[in-house]
Amino acid sequence: MNELAERLARRYDAEGWHEQRKDLASISIPALRVRDVLAWLRDEEGYKHLSFITAIDNIERGVFTLTYTVRNHDTKHSLMVHADIIRENPVVDSVHLLWEQAWTYQRELKEWFGIDCPGSPRKDEEFVLEGWDQLPMMRRDFDSLAYSNATYAERPGRVTHDPAAYMKAQLYPEADQ
Amino acid sequence: MKRDRMPYIPPAERATPDLDSGKYLLMWQGPQHPGITGNMSLRLVIEGDTVVDCETHVGYLHRGFEKLMERRSWMQNFPLVCRIAVPEPDFNEYCYAAALEELSGIQIPEKAVWLRTFSLELMRLASYLMWIGGQAGSFGHGTIIQWSATMRDYVLDLFEELTGGRIYHMYIIPGGVRGDVPAGYFKHVLEVMDTVQKNLDDIELVMYHNAVFKLRAEGLGYIPPDWIDRYGITGPNARAAGIKRDLRKDLGYLAYPQLEFQPVVGSKSDAFERARLRLQEMYQCIDLIRQCIDLMPKEGPFRAKTPNPLYWKVPAGETYVAAECTRGEYGFYVVSDGSEKPRRVAVRGPSYTHAVSVMERLVRGVNIADVAGLMVSLHTYPPEIER
Repeated sequence: MNELAERLARRYDAEGWHEQRKDLASISIPALRVRDVLAWLRDEEGYKHLSFITAIDNIERGVFTLTYTVRNHDTKHSLMVHADIIRENPVVDSVHLLWEQAWTYQRELKEWFGIDCPGSPRKDEEFVLEGWDQLPMMRRDFDSLAYSNATYAERPGRVTHDPAAYMKAQLYPEADQ
Repeated sequence: MKRDRMPYIPPAERATPDLDSGKYLLMWQGPQHPGITGNMSLRLVIEGDTVVDCETHVGYLHRGFEKLMERRSWMQNFPLVCRIAVPEPDFNEYCYAAALEELSGIQIPEKAVWLRTFSLELMRLASYLMWIGGQAGSFGHGTIIQWSATMRDYVLDLFEELTGGRIYHMYIIPGGVRGDVPAGYFKHVLEVMDTVQKNLDDIELVMYHNAVFKLRAEGLGYIPPDWIDRYGITGPNARAAGIKRDLRKDLGYLAYPQLEFQPVVGSKSDAFERARLRLQEMYQCIDLIRQCIDLMPKEGPFRAKTPNPLYWKVPAGETYVAAECTRGEYGFYVVSDGSEKPRRVAVRGPSYTHAVSVMERLVRGVNIADVAGLMVSLHTYPPEIER
């Protein structure tokens, strides 16, 4: 598999190859090469199966890290391809012409993270949320607790504990004495 | 019209029927409809009694598990993950637990490996028993669900005896399993397996040799083999098209490398073939459960030492753990930043592909009465789309 890492580095400036398991590795590529790299992996390297697409909000670095996980069924190997895109006005190439189910993941990226994939079918249609007018919910700066407190009424009689402190008091009462 | 001769229309170039022409009827199937497998709806455009367009709509459950998990500690998330897929929660438990163990460098005892394999196969059987009732019912065959629901209840009794829970078990936990098997448990399991196997023989006679079922299911929802990679189709839906892929064999996780079995493969790739293949896989489940009982170590620990769950910090890293569930590739992508809470958990359910891209494509040209049967033949489960 290191040969694949070398080819990816030579052709697409990929870096950071990491072997998580013998059947799973990850690598980072420039965001502008996403479609080229995935097409090459699919057509030349046998990674024909797209398992899923998702993103991680690395707000501290000001980027979204996209993850495309593809599998080569012949070698039984999966590869997680990462690409960083800036959080402000996040845009990445659509891969819906490579895999028919990719447009659904890209629709999810738009709704959940605000990541745009120009040309992806129905990307602006509502997916899971309806009438959502807040920050995209999977962004780290969307505070789901504050939203919940502002949107829903507190149930009378409800008591909330800090789970760690509550369980500690239940399990180790002598520790507080 | 031959159903497998429908022209391929990619989503971007989909024809838009003129609803004002009076030629078409717009109707919704679901979210509350006996022909829908969960809280989901299909927006159908009908011409006569033929579907010409379909859109899958999710979002009726209001769950947001993936967001909730970012606010909770690693172990607090554990009661959440099993609820992502109600018919087979154990696959969620396994993928999440295995991801935590991998990132934390925890090796589970051999007995836990076998007990996990055993409970996953028992879960697979329960899920298939639920499916077969739905598949028969969607074609107007009401007797089978009476039988299969009873058989599933016997299997749920076994889960209750082992774990205390019937639907959500929370048995596969990080570090191993929650408890050892009770005394005399395997004897009960073998008795139930004999009963279920006998019932499956009856189901095969009554359902699979029924002329109405055969006539309606044969040729319905044909998936060409070249769609498998193009659409990311996995599990029985892919194997029915002749693609021999099964993660239990391909990844060799848990005790599967020590069990004797071969993936069941079909060729005709229609609703009847998928139903036939799943019936064979139910017999295979029973065989694998019996093998587990024979080969499982009778003594030994069932759980490894794990950190204090209140203060468990999982080392920074990422992994993707996948398993073969009844519907195909089920996986958890887990990212840790080294803190007490996950940075990101993303769930890959097979229905994401099967119920949206594949369903929307396959249903075009199908008679409205066959939509439910086609949907159940893909064995979709919408809540795993809306995580």
